[in-house]
Amino acid sequence: MSHDWICSKEWKTASDTAEAREILNEILASLGDNGWGEEYTFGIHLAVEEALMNAIKHGNQRNPEKYVTVEFRSNAKIMQMVIEDEGDGFDPNDVPDPTLEENLELPSGRGLMLMKTFMTTVDYNEKGNRVFMEKDLDAPPPPDDDDDDDDDYL
Amino acid sequence: MASHHRLDVSEVGEVSVVRFVDRRILDASNIEELGDELFGLVENDGKKNLLLNFTGVEFLSSAALNKLIILDKKVKSNGGKLALCDLRQEINEVFAITRLDQLFTISDSEQSALTEF
Repeated sequence: MSHDWICSKEWKTASDTAEAREILNEILASLGDNGWGEEYTFGIHLAVEEALMNAIKHGNQRNPEKYVTVEFRSNAKIMQMVIEDEGDGFDPNDVPDPTLEENLELPSGRGLMLMKTFMTTVDYNEKGNRVFMEKDLDAPPPPDDDDDDDDDYL
Repeated sequence: MASHHRLDVSEVGEVSVVRFVDRRILDASNIEELGDELFGLVENDGKKNLLLNFTGVEFLSSAALNKLIILDKKVKSNGGKLALCDLRQEINEVFAITRLDQLFTISDSEQSALTEF
């Protein structure tokens, strides 16, 4: 599906959390400029923060010689992002469900869960080093069970 | 007594009430320092009962949630209790989504939280 984007930006940044924070702030400012209200930006802030930190910390292992590329596009109803690191990737299916009783006290898995909760679509490539995220304000509420088969990369 | 950069700690009876200096608990370096200070309350200062007051905290990431889970284990193994209060609606929602509201005792106000100890 093609969209009329109001805003489209790309960044390539070293594995640096301060730089990632600047990118995040730019994205949130762009969404605000495009009319996205605070009721949406909290969740988007959380999802983008988690995805960027995953790329830097888990993907690139904070290696300053490895880069993270970020693509961002939005209009008044849809925002899309692609975040790619230079790490070995991972299988999202291997991440334990943190809401299961036996995993409640495990300090892991919640970042990915929050990304899926606050975004309409979260898809990883096969290698697991690139994530596509979309927030569509016109999308129906998600079903109880995950049923993501969308492969709509930028 | 250790000095704290990320925390403001006061004593109410046998409960240490902890407030956060940062409005957004997320930056990687902040998180590490915050975790060290929280763990130090139990491991170095010998605090037993902790009430984390989230007044003024606007945002927290999963890294902060993970620190709280580890803190909860340390407090429990020390024979104490950990409780949370004054979470803004969005942060409350994060705890509910991740089901951590079942792991932690969460109260609307500091006054009602103090009765949990």
